[in-house]
Amino acid sequence: MNVRSQISMVFHLDKCIGCHTCSIACKNIWTDRKGAEYMWWNNVETKPGTGYPTKWEDQNIYRGGWQKENGKVSLKGAGKRRGLTNIFYNPNLPVIDDYYEPFTYRYLDLIESPEGDDQPTARPVSLITGEPIDIKMGPNWDDDLSGTPDYARNDPNLKNLSAAEQEVMFQLERMAFFYLPRICNHCLNPACVASCPSGAIYKRGEDGVVLINQEVCRAWRMCVTACPYKKSYYNWHTGKSEKCILCFPRIEAGLAPACMHSCVGRIRYLGVLLYDAEKIEAAVHDDESRLINRQLDMILDPFDEEVIKSAKQNGIADSTIHAAQFSPVYKYVKEWKLALPLHAEFRTLPMLFYVPPLLPVMATVKQVDNSEGEKKMNPMAKYWDDNWLYDTSTKELWGTLDQVRFPLKYLANLLSAGDEELIKDKWRKMMAVRIHRRRVTVGDVSNEKADEALRDAHLTPEMADGIFYLTALAKFEDRFVIPPAHREQAIEMIDFTGDTKGETGFGIKSKIRRGL
Amino acid sequence: MNALNNFFLIALPYIALALFLVGSIYRYTYKGFQLSSLSTQFLEGRRLFYGSLPFHWGVLFLFIGHLIAFLFPSSVLAWNSQPLRLLILEITAFIFGISMLVGLVNLLVRRYTTPRLKYVTNKMDLVVYLLLIFQTVIGLWIAYNFRWGSSWFSTLLSPYLYSIFSFQPDIKAIVLLPVPVKLHIIGAFVIIAIIPFSRLIHFLVPPINYIWRPYQQVYWNWSKRDVRNPEAPWSLQRPKNN
Ligand code: SF4
Ligand code: SF4
Repeated sequence: MNVRSQISMVFHLDKCIGCHTCSIACKNIWTDRKGAEYMWWNNVETKPGTGYPTKWEDQNIYRGGWQKENGKVSLKGAGKRRGLTNIFYNPNLPVIDDYYEPFTYRYLDLIESPEGDDQPTARPVSLITGEPIDIKMGPNWDDDLSGTPDYARNDPNLKNLSAAEQEVMFQLERMAFFYLPRICNHCLNPACVASCPSGAIYKRGEDGVVLINQEVCRAWRMCVTACPYKKSYYNWHTGKSEKCILCFPRIEAGLAPACMHSCVGRIRYLGVLLYDAEKIEAAVHDDESRLINRQLDMILDPFDEEVIKSAKQNGIADSTIHAAQFSPVYKYVKEWKLALPLHAEFRTLPMLFYVPPLLPVMATVKQVDNSEGEKKMNPMAKYWDDNWLYDTSTKELWGTLDQVRFPLKYLANLLSAGDEELIKDKWRKMMAVRIHRRRVTVGDVSNEKADEALRDAHLTPEMADGIFYLTALAKFEDRFVIPPAHREQAIEMIDFTGDTKGETGFGIKSKIRRGL
Repeated sequence: MNALNNFFLIALPYIALALFLVGSIYRYTYKGFQLSSLSTQFLEGRRLFYGSLPFHWGVLFLFIGHLIAFLFPSSVLAWNSQPLRLLILEITAFIFGISMLVGLVNLLVRRYTTPRLKYVTNKMDLVVYLLLIFQTVIGLWIAYNFRWGSSWFSTLLSPYLYSIFSFQPDIKAIVLLPVPVKLHIIGAFVIIAIIPFSRLIHFLVPPINYIWRPYQQVYWNWSKRDVRNPEAPWSLQRPKNN
């Protein structure tokens, strides 16, 4: 057993309201500078949708992540042979238009234009060239299903959904969507690290944060291709790649990362997971259907005597072990088995887990006859001339899992490498918690029914209460259990990064200049 | 004439080599952040294909070719002892030269006709382009007009370069060479001189060690074994990434 500790995250998708506060918090701290304007280390996409950069999940285009061929696992679009032969021209590199051309508006024109017959306008200008541009694309261009024909319908996760199933998703009246906030997953088998020819990218042993050394990066841009989540970005101005740093200067100071701290929906949880590094190799090589189980297998019980002993031998501090024992992530991922990694089939062993969304999926629609009401209506009055109504009033209080209006397969493609049973399993649990809590707080659910729901979901009432607490009531200290960083032993944490805000963002204290 | 020859064929090489050495070491050591290939593929990815690929493969082949001729002149001569093999070598090299020129011209045109690239282009880039084009054109000219360069390079230029590197400059033989060849030599040293002051520096940091390093890299800021040992002061544990 080779115990390591990893700072790991859970995002509870049921709670995300798509407010993008997280993205703004991140941008304000780290990427509000030249060359990084287009980067969103944290971004929130509407699903179904093509995401950012467009269609990032389609590895036939970007060739990110690992692939298994004849029992061998290799990087799909990078690696030693491919990376070095493509170094002069990387055929799978996304270009800026796949993200969007960053822009601003000439606000000054609004107040400085000379008097005239027309209102002055603030024209959009490119942040690269400074010239006026026609905006064709921007961050969250497809937010809340706007432009559905171009975006949502091209969602790569719709693959292997039948035409009828897709139609169901897109009848306007029945449309459902949810938000998917994404940051770097700080993977255990990071494709970005493996693809970097200069060896500039590394995983920190102490907490598993994946970082790019800005002094060693030489702009070979292989990590941009290799990361299947497209969370490594190329800074076109400095000629260096950059990625989410999990706010390591904040974590080391005991603060939650900016995106998590500011999260309005309180959907984010962060804590330590102890895992067995010896199992990485075997997990990565297993069949697609077993990847998630293998990954969960690697996560160790922080209360187990053996685990604690080996953790200590490996130099993991008592305080870190203690944090692991109170980790909300451990509870969601391992104890309750409620959270799943995003696209496990990319084989990077991502350490950011998602609780699949239940709510947008459970309501149905029904046709109602409004004709009588319309006749009575005062013609001047405004009324909603739609005969479709959301039907949330089933006998079952919340509807049943058989009535989902979102094809299960879609979520399975996204979160469980295609395994629909896994998603159902999570939903059953979330439903059981609701029924159980209804019994406790309102009391209009029979004991038999509530107990049966819990039994079906393999939950005890205590577990259900725990899930309820952490999901609905959790305070700051419950959601973020951050081990002390032991500054006395740390190196990277000595720099105060506020000094270089707007220039480098992190690490480097000197003024940033692009090379000749 | 003598003074000119002395300056361009003896002084210039030493100035160039000194600038190259001091400048590169300084930039590598103190300006790590500015060491980058400054790829522009992210801003323009289509036309780069027709520039970067022919240029880089061409220059790579020719650079290694010149290097081999300098390091192992006798083996090049041995290879060339059969006319057919000489012909094959010369024609291949010529094709790579053409490829390099085509690539360079494409790169130059691309850089100055793509609006976005104007904002990531500096004056040194133009100097680099023009110097390289000059060097390539002269090289092709020599290859065409003064045939079988691979042979006379090995007999004339290798000893000259060797004499430079052994600090006993001997230009007796090469002062007699035609002007284009001298220009090619001068061009080469000027290029060497500007390496530390231009994007050319990236050719000094090719990612060779990627070939044998393990794919994954995990760095500890402190030694994970010693950290729990009270006898071992933490400050003695050199972090691996600094
Ligand atoms: S999500 Fe991408 S950038 Fe982040 S660690 Fe994984 S492979 Fe690397
Ligand atoms: S701040 Fe929280 S709730 Fe708002 S979009 Fe981000 S993850 Fe969702």
